[in-house]
Amino acid sequence: MADGHKLEIFRGLVKFKSNTQKIWGVLAFLTLITAVEVVLGIIKPESLTDTHVLGMKLINWIFIILTLVKAYYIAWDFMHLRDEKSSLRRAIVWTPIFLVIYLVFILLVEADYIYNVYKDGFVSWNF
Amino acid sequence: MNSTVTTGTETSVWGGGNQPLGASYGKLMMWFFLVSDALTFSGFLAAYGFSRFKFIETWPIADEVFTHVPFFHGNYPMIYVAFMTFVLIMSSVTMVLAVDAGHKMKQNAVTWYMFATIIGGIIFVGSQAWEWGTFIKGDHGALETKGGRILQFVKADTGERASLSDFAASLPGDRVIHERKNGLWFYQESSLTTVSLDEVVEGFKADPNILIRTELINEEGEKTLLDRKASLAKLAEATLVVEGANLIHNEYGSRLFADFFFFITGFHGFHVFSGVVINIIIFFNVIIGTYERRGHYEMVEKIGLYWHFVDLVWVFVFTFFYLV
Repeated sequence: MADGHKLEIFRGLVKFKSNTQKIWGVLAFLTLITAVEVVLGIIKPESLTDTHVLGMKLINWIFIILTLVKAYYIAWDFMHLRDEKSSLRRAIVWTPIFLVIYLVFILLVEADYIYNVYKDGFVSWNF
Repeated sequence: MNSTVTTGTETSVWGGGNQPLGASYGKLMMWFFLVSDALTFSGFLAAYGFSRFKFIETWPIADEVFTHVPFFHGNYPMIYVAFMTFVLIMSSVTMVLAVDAGHKMKQNAVTWYMFATIIGGIIFVGSQAWEWGTFIKGDHGALETKGGRILQFVKADTGERASLSDFAASLPGDRVIHERKNGLWFYQESSLTTVSLDEVVEGFKADPNILIRTELINEEGEKTLLDRKASLAKLAEATLVVEGANLIHNEYGSRLFADFFFFITGFHGFHVFSGVVINIIIFFNVIIGTYERRGHYEMVEKIGLYWHFVDLVWVFVFTFFYLV
């Protein structure tokens, strides 16, 4: 358990002196990411909204990746998964990740198919 | 952590003395719950993605829906939600500080950090209630067509949204609310809209500065604006005035958007609310010294896990509802 805290984040790039300090450091990092997200969301730079990567706007990829980064630090440092045994950590993290990827893949592919049926089918939706 | 019963079998693996995950029973059960709850929320968000991909060309743009900040007038997209996100992260920090103080057996520090966490949670739930209220009350109003499409109005010269009351004509009418007592006893309608369909149609015809905006998103990522002639033709299809949003009608666009908004943020808000209640219980336990006598503050750690989880879920809701 949490008697011995691991005080390094960013793969050892930043090392804090105490657990309390690490908490404030992580808060600063999470706030920074949220601020970047909000600023990007308000400005919506054209270079990011016009570029498409894998069928989605680049800006949306950036939002999703930043969200996952935030989720990582909340789970690792606030929920102190960093200090747990790796077997517990893996059981907690990989189970939902596997199931969610599976579910999202199936639902989004299916939704895109339905979109095309609505679009090309002989049914009028706009009246 | 510490077993109080000594049976002599604890050292053997089958006797239960082995802790392969190095976590206590209570913590493991909390993690079980959190993983299953995470899957529930994932199901909701995936269903939201499903509906959104299904209507990808007509889905409402969140920036245009959530534009209000309490006590301020004007158009401030996202600012208030960002504030709510920050409040929740901040209360997560005070929670983790409470857990940290608990490890050091500092009763006073735990008390104050728990108190701050509860305040943060209450601010968040209050903000969410306000956000719901604003969403339900509506902004500019719109018309709904026979096929359930939403028609919104824009001022041609400035490009700003036009509220129905800005241009609706005033036609005296004697239409009253159909209540059980004055009509069919098995039927009643909700309150009448502030302007009637006829008033909107007449006002629209009289004011050449108003154009109709459809739900369709064009290549620039904006809602399609019809010219005056097409607007007038489109107006003939309108059947209903919509002000605000509920589960059946939604002036912001697709009604599924409102349904998912109520469902997902409501479910999350319910989590925050129950988190606040559990936090308050544990807060009083800390004050009366329950955990001091027990010798450890693991209960604070367990509710802490739940509280961070609620924060974690909000991070995803924030992204998929407000940003993407």
